[in-house]
Amino acid sequence: MSENPAVIDNGVNVEALLGAREALTEMPEAGQFQWRATCSWVNGTHSRSSVESFFGLGEEQKHRAEYTFDADHPACFASEDKGATPVEIVLVALASCLTAGVAAVAQNREIQLRSVKAILEAGMDIQGILGVDPDVRNGFDGIKVKYEIDADASKEDIEAIVAQSQKRSAVFDIVTNPTNVTVEVN
Amino acid sequence: MTRPDAELPAGNVDALIIGAGHTGLAISHCLTELSVDHVVLERGEVANSWCYERWDSLRLLTPNWQSRLPGFSYSGDDPDGFMSMAEVIDFIKKYAEVIEAPVRTKTTATSVRYEAGQYHVTTNKGEWLSNAVVIASGACNLPAVPAVGDNVPNGITAVTPQDYGNPKQLEPGGVLVVGASATGLQLADEIQSSGRPVTIAVGEHVRLPRIYRGLDIQWWMDKAGILDESLADIDDIVRARNLPSPQLVGSRDKQILDLNSLTALGVTLVGKLVSFRDSTAYFSGSLRNVCALADLKMGRLLDSIDEWAADAPECAELERPERFERTRVEDSPALSIDLEKNEIRTILWATGFRPDYSWLDIPVLDRKGRVRHDGGVVESPGLYVIGLPFLRRRKSSFIHGTEDDARDISEHLSKFLKTRNTA
Repeated sequence: MSENPAVIDNGVNVEALLGAREALTEMPEAGQFQWRATCSWVNGTHSRSSVESFFGLGEEQKHRAEYTFDADHPACFASEDKGATPVEIVLVALASCLTAGVAAVAQNREIQLRSVKAILEAGMDIQGILGVDPDVRNGFDGIKVKYEIDADASKEDIEAIVAQSQKRSAVFDIVTNPTNVTVEVN
Repeated sequence: MTRPDAELPAGNVDALIIGAGHTGLAISHCLTELSVDHVVLERGEVANSWCYERWDSLRLLTPNWQSRLPGFSYSGDDPDGFMSMAEVIDFIKKYAEVIEAPVRTKTTATSVRYEAGQYHVTTNKGEWLSNAVVIASGACNLPAVPAVGDNVPNGITAVTPQDYGNPKQLEPGGVLVVGASATGLQLADEIQSSGRPVTIAVGEHVRLPRIYRGLDIQWWMDKAGILDESLADIDDIVRARNLPSPQLVGSRDKQILDLNSLTALGVTLVGKLVSFRDSTAYFSGSLRNVCALADLKMGRLLDSIDEWAADAPECAELERPERFERTRVEDSPALSIDLEKNEIRTILWATGFRPDYSWLDIPVLDRKGRVRHDGGVVESPGLYVIGLPFLRRRKSSFIHGTEDDARDISEHLSKFLKTRNTA
């Protein structure tokens, strides 16, 4: 047990989240968000994306700063490796979404976290993207996430936090369920 | 007070109850005790849904000793058995007789309006006026088929549990059962056993063992006070009201029915059904997590039962606590199945039911079509609803859970009429 069991602080403002949930039950239209990203080609397989504005709670919103992400492919793809591979960014998105969820759920269940680490692995047969075998899909053949969590809780309670985090995760949903994608050229 | 069920004219009455199922009859009995003049309108006959809208093999999920209504209870010689539909119908019809309920059968309410402080109820047999109305028409009038059901591939027959009687009605070939509640598991079990290979699409579900430490799970839930949990005990009432029915079956051999027992029979588990494209059905990759959620949740329930049992003298001699095998999920469950190629001919929507309020012309529904109510008290003065999941208590959706709700609502209604009539 922690030395001061009365104060559980994972740095998540659960009251604000629960308040938002209550407010949205009354005003469901405020829950309509739009997320945006912009991507510019740099050279070769190197691109730079940025995010800054989004829409939510009925109005235009902005991040504290513009965030940028370099993406490229490693040398074995005959690329210059100036950033993460896009599929790795998908893993990063999944891991960070689930980990944020772990912290929030643990806070809500009054469980103090000491450390949380996720290790992700995803298999892929590149015969798909290279068009070698049309029966091989382009994407991952599966994703494995392993959590190492140190917290004041039983193994079952920790497993339940991780399960609940998956249940509430946007990226887990995006990765596990189909999404219509519309690509237009202006 | 009692009226014969003859062709009496419609008219004025203090309270109208819509529906002569077990909840409507229970309310009727409680109102009679409180000397509230009332009539029960029934579109068909007493226990109509139980007569015509259930599949052949269905038995109650609750044991006979739990079958009780205000002023009436099971008196047979098999307290641990589970009633067949014929027995449920008999039980409810006998109840209607014993309490001499003023039921008008074959009287369908086609419109309920609230005008100038009174309810105007139009039926196929004339117009009623009343000061109060209790909606007791049930929670399971219509099958709730998800939006993905609009795109069922050509050549595949879609069936709901209301159309379904037994496996012989289905074409030979495979069956995709969508939903893993009590309905989905029971039907997957009997359809697979009929020689039609079943694939079951599994979303969030509630896993419960029929028997725990030698006793029925309903005994534990009852004794440990879980079924008596009320609105005040629950953080998230929306979630509690939307829980799928637990994976249980009422069978003679007290069978434990879960996803593991289905896979042992040869049933294939896939994730939640998310879409169709051409003849292919696509499933979510979340199967492992929804199974983990249900396994962990069952574990927590059994923990709380054991905790209660540790201090309960009647549990001293019982079998030791046990834990059940986790749900077995293949390493890579199928994410898509070509129904045509895999000779799946039928889709069975075991995706739940919803009430039908198409006749209710009073603006008391929320944006999802549910009646807004506080423990059965609807915001329109003198309007009540009963028989919905977790109306006031966890047991509200069970037959034995009706009594406490019916008493609370009848008392509220009776006080409402008194205040109204003295105002």
